[in-house]
Amino acid sequence: MAMNRDDVFAKVRDVLVEALGVDDDEVTEDATLQGDLGAESIDFLDIVFRLEKSFSIKIPRGELFPDDVINNPDYVENGRLTRAGLEQLKKSMPHADFSAFEANPDISRMPELFTVNTIVKFVQDKLKAA
Amino acid sequence: MRWMWIDNFAEFESGARAVGVKNVTAAEEHLHDAFAGYPLLPPSLMIEGMAQTAGVLVGEARGFKENVILAKVRRAEFEDYAVPGDQLRYEATIESIDDLAAMTSGVVYKNGQRMGSVDLLFSHVGKSGSAMGLPDHNFVFAENFMSLLSTYRVGQSR
Repeated sequence: MAMNRDDVFAKVRDVLVEALGVDDDEVTEDATLQGDLGAESIDFLDIVFRLEKSFSIKIPRGELFPDDVINNPDYVENGRLTRAGLEQLKKSMPHADFSAFEANPDISRMPELFTVNTIVKFVQDKLKAA
Repeated sequence: MRWMWIDNFAEFESGARAVGVKNVTAAEEHLHDAFAGYPLLPPSLMIEGMAQTAGVLVGEARGFKENVILAKVRRAEFEDYAVPGDQLRYEATIESIDDLAAMTSGVVYKNGQRMGSVDLLFSHVGKSGSAMGLPDHNFVFAENFMSLLSTYRVGQSR
């Protein structure tokens, strides 16, 4: 039976509560994983694994949390994404909301793209494609 | 003192699961720190025992070609405590493993009864570890841990 968005959100919230040791009510739609929920780099691996188990999906390395743009010197200049870098990142992360980021694409602001909503959208897209 | 918190392997299925055995003894100094007059094995050292069991399992699955570092304790829950005379079994299972990391789940048994669970995340650190200030030679799988495996395998061939 297909899951509606509320069901997906509830399971994503459970994953983040378990992985990050936060309370239910801290996991809001717009909460950022690193800034608001305290996630560290190792937690991202744990989150991917738990999402795979919870939703019975496969998430190849770099699909949910891509790192190809930030590590490519063609896409970063003076600490900001170039236009090409921004376009490539949008292609790599169709599940993220770039409306606030693209006005000032400073790479130090990239963690702001990884919100709870980003994960929910990613999982919904995955489930539709399955 | 050698930092070995398992005594031997009772079972070892390459790439899948392993069972490490720990005999808790009154001769261990650390037990008498908690608590004075009532020595018990601190839960942190049961987590370490599981980490050593699972770490060797994960390392062996990839031919010990890189260092395997405990990166995160994903879950550790204990329903009981262990005292001198108890025998613990750490049953570790590989849940996923790839070039970057491995996830393991584990159950702790005390004298045959389930008493806890410990789920871990390991990072694989090869030559790139030098960028993080880590040595690029094998500093994890030293003689201590390798002898556990060879002792188990000699026992199996008898």
